Amino acid sequence: MMRVVFPVLAVLGAIVVLWYLAVAPMNIRVALDTAERAGAEIVPEGSAVRRDVSVWRLMAQNSEHVALGYALERPRLPTPQQVGQELWKTTGKMVQRGRAWSKRSLIYHGWITLQSTFWGFLLGTSMGILGAVLITHSRVMEMSLMPWAIISQTIPIVALAPMIIVLSSQVGIEGRGVPKAIISAYLCYFPVLVGMVKGLRSPATAQLDLLKTYNASGAQVFRFLRLPASVPYLFTTLKVGIAAALVGTIVGELPTGAISGLGARILIGDQFGTPLAIWSALFAAAILAGMLVTLLDVLQRLVQRRMGGRV
Amino acid sequence: MLSTDEIDGFAERETLPDVVIDARDLSLTFQTNDGPVHALKDVSLTIEKGDFVSFIGPSGCGKTTFLRVMADLEKPTGGAITVNGVSPEEARKARAYGYVFQAAGLYPWRTIAGNVRLPLEIMGYAKSEMAERVAKVLDLVELSGFEQKFPWQLSGGMQQRASIARALAFDADILLMDEPFGALDEIVRDHLNEQLLALWARTGKTIGFVTHSIPEAVYLSTKIVVMSPRPGRITDVIDSPLPKERPLDIRDTPEFLEIAHRVRDGLRAGHAYD
Ligand SMILES: Nc1ncnc2c1ncn2[C@@H]1O[C@H](COP(=O)(O)OP(=O)(O)O)[C@@H](O)[C@H]1O
Ligand SMILES: [Mg+2]
Repeated sequence: MMRVVFPVLAVLGAIVVLWYLAVAPMNIRVALDTAERAGAEIVPEGSAVRRDVSVWRLMAQNSEHVALGYALERPRLPTPQQVGQELWKTTGKMVQRGRAWSKRSLIYHGWITLQSTFWGFLLGTSMGILGAVLITHSRVMEMSLMPWAIISQTIPIVALAPMIIVLSSQVGIEGRGVPKAIISAYLCYFPVLVGMVKGLRSPATAQLDLLKTYNASGAQVFRFLRLPASVPYLFTTLKVGIAAALVGTIVGELPTGAISGLGARILIGDQFGTPLAIWSALFAAAILAGMLVTLLDVLQRLVQRRMGGRV
Repeated sequence: MLSTDEIDGFAERETLPDVVIDARDLSLTFQTNDGPVHALKDVSLTIEKGDFVSFIGPSGCGKTTFLRVMADLEKPTGGAITVNGVSPEEARKARAYGYVFQAAGLYPWRTIAGNVRLPLEIMGYAKSEMAERVAKVLDLVELSGFEQKFPWQLSGGMQQRASIARALAFDADILLMDEPFGALDEIVRDHLNEQLLALWARTGKTIGFVTHSIPEAVYLSTKIVVMSPRPGRITDVIDSPLPKERPLDIRDTPEFLEIAHRVRDGLRAGHAYD
């Protein structure tokens, strides 16, 4: 147990330490501006002049103000502690005050994002699995589907997302829910497709020969061999897929106009110059992704235990 | 020289239903990047109902290929072969044989019972009959009590026995086995050989059995087919005079050693052609 816990904690510790170290240079300019406004003497004087001086020099020349960078109201880079506090303020504290569903609560925005992620994931994995089944079923299908699947992934999603939103409103779809799910599915289906093609093709020739000796039909080969053989691939693939679906949803919430969802929070934080809001929304998204992947991991363990896995 | 009697018998056999495998001038050439590989060349052999036929020869002499041709897993490039009087494909579609592969090849996501039940599920047996048959064949290979275990929980020998049970679960009267005990140690092998003989006596199946081991071939077979490589062909067919009842210590009798000697000579002669 210790052998696992120690490296995990060591890596986590290193990240936190690096983060804290990065806060000083990242925030020094804002800190000096703030201090100057409060009447302190800064070398060199004036924000415009300091723009040409390196952060290292500023830190060396004004070392007494470096600490201020760790307590700014609008930091360029907030400290982990500030992010933690902001997260608590917008989640746990909201719950305590009975305002979990207020527009200021990340629980509300997280829930909006989660819903679209869920529908996008459902749509994306269905498409991915269906595509994989068709592709493994016949060579012709592979030749007609696979190029499109690959081309679809060369189009940057940020370019496509606004178009999907505009086009879906053209055909009379109200709100952001549906286009968000489509964008989410668009990102999610490809890893599922690729992973499942690999999984469905994973049976060895000997395993296929065995079924041939039983004169099994194509559908039976699929049901008794290809499908169960693909299960480990399926779960690996679903974990990648759900993360991609979440990213897709957030991207779908970024184009102007969205007001709810974690993506919208990031955008609004950017527009109003509140990095703390951006960072806490980012962390909320990461935590959400972590929870979803963990959920799938638990499901995988349960299924694989039933299927004779050694876990 | 064949006696007239034997020639008559041979002519008659074509029409008799008790010829299970009839191969005439069978050839199979694999086209590979390094040129053609003559895995089988002009192989002729007749196997009768109830025979226990061993195929023995150095590796690469086409034993597996021959068995796979009988099973319709490989198409011959020349000559003719019938299985139960029809083409191998028809025989396969009629589920005429059970095949035991060199590696047990159990599906890791199925329990032992689940693996044995696999052919029955595919062939659409009724639920109750499946359970009955699985119990019966697992008992036959002495694996009762391991139904709910997964393959990795069993030793290699037990896995191989489960794969034999799987081939026995449905009513094929031919059993094709490709070095089923090749990877097992001597003692386990002896034990499985005994069990296999008992099973053969009980079921009256026709068995084609590939092996590397001379004692194994002599101990088990009513007919020993000696093969040699490049090109793969038959160098000798020995009809065993040993009785059907064979305790393990029959291997120390002069008759046994005499046949073993002839097999060894056949193998050596095969090599001399190189
Ligand atoms: N699918 C294949 N493609 C090409 N060559 C093959 C194939 N299968 C077998 N061979 C070749 O045919 C020959 C006979 O193989 P095999 O029947 O497996 O021999 P054995 O079972 O007696 O060891 C070998 O030279 C082998 O390399
Ligand atoms: Mg072989």
